[in-house]
Amino acid sequence: MTFFTLNNCIILGLILFSIGAYGVITRRNLLVVLMSLEIMFNAVNLIFLSFNYFLYYQEGRELGQYFVLLVIAVAAAEAAVGLAILVTIYRNRRNVDSDLLKEMKG
Amino acid sequence: MDIKEILVLSLGVITILSAVYISFSRNLIYSAFMLLVTLCGVAGLYGLLSADFLAGIQILIYVGGILILIVFAVMLTQNISEGKKSNPSRFPLVSLVIGIVFLGGMGYFIWRFPWNNGYFSFKPITTDLGNALLKEYLLPFEVISILLLVGLIGALTIARVSLGNKNKLTKDDEI
Repeated sequence: MTFFTLNNCIILGLILFSIGAYGVITRRNLLVVLMSLEIMFNAVNLIFLSFNYFLYYQEGRELGQYFVLLVIAVAAAEAAVGLAILVTIYRNRRNVDSDLLKEMKG
Repeated sequence: MDIKEILVLSLGVITILSAVYISFSRNLIYSAFMLLVTLCGVAGLYGLLSADFLAGIQILIYVGGILILIVFAVMLTQNISEGKKSNPSRFPLVSLVIGIVFLGGMGYFIWRFPWNNGYFSFKPITTDLGNALLKEYLLPFEVISILLLVGLIGALTIARVSLGNKNKLTKDDEI
């Protein structure tokens, strides 16, 4: 029985992505939404690296690793801006519940 | 069993369990600390997938940077002792069905597809990564650095208490 196969790695990434998506949909606190977003970023990175390792690594190609590096940089920028927005929302409204943010509702 | 098998199995189980805890728990500060476990588990999986540099970067940026930011935000914005009131969920059943359908649909086809599953030896990657980032992928590298700079300035501008808005602050608002 071998567990370290491409199928299992991608399915592990899929499970992580689904858990993150569940958290993003169902949580009302914006902080937990941000944490679940980080889980989703990690799942996508994991799938990138699995494809790179199992399919292209023997030929000496590492394009997936560059992708992951750029995704991590974008995730860092996203977390910084998202948390800044969150702190501003809390300062103005004293809570971070996403159901209470209805100013832009048409 | 090979040591690689044991490692990938245990890291996968740890990562999934802690991610489940984050999405389902009602206590914010526990979620933030469980995110630490998830990020470290994913870093270990990166190392198994022969991405040693990225595993280090994951620890440095996610655990050392983003997670600290999140914990700070939890402490700034929440009354931690009342974790239950601050973290309600909405329509969990519908979301659970959506998630399971997505997972089952994608997982079924991935499970059936005959991927090429070989064992490859570990090879350190940092030299190639540095060479590629400064040669043929120089443009994305510079674009991403500009994006990070803009993001940092934007975050500072948003989070700053500007002088004109000072009358909006109440007394207990010194964050």
